[in-house]
Amino acid sequence: MTRFDVLVQVMPRDTLLDPQGQAVGQALTALGFAGIGDVRVGKAVTFQLDRPDEDAANRDARAMCERLLANPVTEAFTVVVEGAT
Amino acid sequence: MRVAVVRFPGSNCDADTVRAARQAGADAFYVWHRETTLNGADAVIVPGGFAYGDHLRAGAIARFSPVMAAVRKLADAGAPVLGICNGFQVLCEAGMLPGALMRNAGQRFLSRPVTVRIENTDTPFTTAYANGAIFRMPVAHGEGRYVASDAVITDLEREGRVVLRYVDDNPNGSVNEIAGVSNPAGNIVGMMPHPERAADPALGETEGARVFESVLAGIAHSSGGPQ
Repeated sequence: MTRFDVLVQVMPRDTLLDPQGQAVGQALTALGFAGIGDVRVGKAVTFQLDRPDEDAANRDARAMCERLLANPVTEAFTVVVEGAT
Repeated sequence: MRVAVVRFPGSNCDADTVRAARQAGADAFYVWHRETTLNGADAVIVPGGFAYGDHLRAGAIARFSPVMAAVRKLADAGAPVLGICNGFQVLCEAGMLPGALMRNAGQRFLSRPVTVRIENTDTPFTTAYANGAIFRMPVAHGEGRYVASDAVITDLEREGRVVLRYVDDNPNGSVNEIAGVSNPAGNIVGMMPHPERAADPALGETEGARVFESVLAGIAHSSGGPQ
């Protein structure tokens, strides 16, 4: 069994309005940062996961996203699995 | 006629909802979210609030509470189930209603009256309304923007499952001004506005009371008379 570090990133789907991202973009512009484009705000979830191999860790992390960590109607997710060093 | 009002940690419209149901003549009572049965309820209401502090997403954690298995079982048997505001979010997260509620387009938490229209009087929560009835109810939410895939929206519209629609203004940017929807069978309904806050002359609006009167009339009818 290996302990993996899992990073899940959950973002609002590209086709959906992200008012939180808009607000952050406006705030950055108000602070004087020029050239701010489309800003979107999502969330990151990290956890450790004990699995026999990386494939199993990846598969289960994705299952967790589909069942809880992301809402498939509104959010897309990416999973990064790294072996603990 | 027994109406269960589910209480999660963070529910805050539970007392108003019980009161409105009682005012309509129901034997309404609370059911704590750790319970595994609904104490003989004929109908269930999942009230507004911030169940589990809206952690992760509104309704995302609440749907795992033990009571939700009982709510689903009763709904599968055809009993009326209503989600109001956070309750609507919980039912969407549980997959009992289609779509999801996202952050308001205008970025603000909204707490004010809105004007709505009844679009379907065939659900157990809308039979006491005239079709097309327009009235005011309060909303109070930060995440009330109804979204769903184009295919789901098409189905909802074609099958008359948009139960309630905002008129005059769209407070949160919901697709097609949708304020409330039902499942295909029609017995599960979710809505963002708060009928329990528009159910007494002291509250300034009374038309919300018909939501509770509807479910009472329906159950009395299906069981052969008032119980």
